[in-house]
Order: sequence, then structure tokens, then C-alpha cells
Amino acid sequence: MQEAGRGPHDMGGESAGPVDQAAHDRLMWEKRVDALVTLLGHKDRQVLRVDELRRGIEQLGAAAYDRMSYYERWVASMTNVLLEKGIITSDELGRRMAEVEARQAEEAGR
Amino acid sequence: MTDQHAGHDHTPPADQDGPLTYYQTMEIALRELLVEKGVVTADQIRAAVEAMDARTPAAGGRVVAKAWCDLDFKQRLIADGTAACEELGIDMGPTRLVVVENTDDIHNVIVCTLCSCYPRMLLGPPPDWYKSRAYRSRVVREPRAVLREFGTELPDHFDVRVHDSTADMRYLVLPRRPDGTSNLSEEALADLVGRDCLVGVTLPRLP
Repeated sequence: MQEAGRGPHDMGGESAGPVDQAAHDRLMWEKRVDALVTLLGHKDRQVLRVDELRRGIEQLGAAAYDRMSYYERWVASMTNVLLEKGIITSDELGRRMAEVEARQAEEAGR
Repeated sequence: MTDQHAGHDHTPPADQDGPLTYYQTMEIALRELLVEKGVVTADQIRAAVEAMDARTPAAGGRVVAKAWCDLDFKQRLIADGTAACEELGIDMGPTRLVVVENTDDIHNVIVCTLCSCYPRMLLGPPPDWYKSRAYRSRVVREPRAVLREFGTELPDHFDVRVHDSTADMRYLVLPRRPDGTSNLSEEALADLVGRDCLVGVTLPRLP
């Protein structure tokens, strides 16, 4: 639990090093995370609002916030909010992630 | 949820053969579940990715060039950025657009200190540096030093104004029209306007 007051995301005015201007091409999985957030937030669905995504990111905790990449934070927050809302269950998610890993291992083994 | 994924690689190749990271696995699992439950369709996801890839800073350049050439449009753009963009067929979605104008002695810069809010409908997705800790932390405290890193040196008499975006309100910088461009067409002017000058870290290219 972070201290009340300033969260790990609230960094305006802090000291930091030079701005790294190197760009990376967004990976396909990152684009899909972005697309999912856009679609789930669409007014016809309202499954995940931007403020809910933000709150989920801010609740990851300072250590995770710093360690995770940008879209890792997004997918983690999106997943947590959908779990909270009961749109998916942790059982479903855990089983499906294991299946995805097993499929991947099988493909790699071919 | 625990994070099982320390010491990861932020930039695996797009055609990676290696094992999926924990969060890549999560994305696949989540997406499959949402499609099976009928919350979204695979076609909708594909279309959303394509729409996002199609958005570039050219739309922002078009808005700025129009404002440089049409004073009435410029006034409407500053009064209500969202409505003025809609005139040009650019849908801002649920967000409100506020356009901040650079003058002879005011220079504007935009940031989102809390996350990465950005006028995506006009510029496409934000560059990595816009989302970085260094930019978000420092530009509100030492904007001139940050601008210098982008090669932008402003004379002392400029008032530098930094605007912190929110989820619902996005900013766009309206740069000053460069000197010596009175003969250029709107299309040629739009080509001078790159992404970074619409964020305010650089100035428009000279023709």
C-alpha cells in the first residue's frame, strides 16, 4: 500500500535524468492492448472507463509501476478491473493463461 | 495479482520466437475470454488496431495550417477546439480539445504528468518520451532545460507555459507561422508542422 498523498504515478516536478528520445515501434500485442482499452471504454459498452484504467494503474504499487513497461501496466490494470467487476473470473483467467502457455510451448517444440 | 516478471526485456522483436512474457500471455488470455463472452469481436479488435495505425500527426498539421490561413477558423479553433476539428471531419471522441497559441512572447508545451493523455485523434499515439518519467517529471519544473534537449532554445523574454492534460481534456499547441511562408499553400504549410512542435518541444520547420 502506498502512502496517502502522492502516488507513484504522480511525478510532476520531481528530479530525473535527461529525456530519452529513442522510440520503439509498438509491438502487435501492445497495439491489441490499446485497442481493447479503446473498445471496452466505448460508450456503447462502458465496460472499462478511462478513470478505472487509471485507478488500476495507480494501485499497482510503486515497485511494480517502475518495473513494468507502459502496456504491461495497462494490461495488468485492465485485467484487475475486469476481475473486480466479475466480467472474467480469476479461475478462467488462470486456466486460460496456462492453456496459452501450453500452446506456445507446443508450437515452439515443433 | 502478482508480478512474476522482473527483469524483462521491454523491446522483444515483433516476430519473436522466444517464449511469451507473462503480460503477453495475459493479453492473449484476456482477449480470448472477452471474445468468447461476446464483449468484443476479433474483427472489432482488428479494426481498432488499423484505425489507430492510420492516425498520424498529419491531422494535427492540417488543423494548424488551416488556422494559419483562415483567421476565422483560428478563432473558432481557440474558442472550441473540439468543434473546430469536427468541421474538418476529425472526431475527438469523448475528449475536449483545448488549443493553446504560441505568440511572439508566449511558448506553450503540453504534458500529462500523471500518465500519458495526449491528443491522439490529431497526432496518433504518443511517442515513448512523452510517457517517460524524465519528461513527465521535469517539463513542469524546468521546461527550458527540457526544450534545450530537443534542440529548442527560446529567448529569455518568452513566457513558457506548461499545460498538464487530463483524461477528458487534451491540449494542442498552435505554433507560430514561420516567417517567410506567406507564399506557401495550406498543404505546403502543413508539411512544416511535425508532431513535436504540436506538443511544443520544437518549433515548426523552416521552408
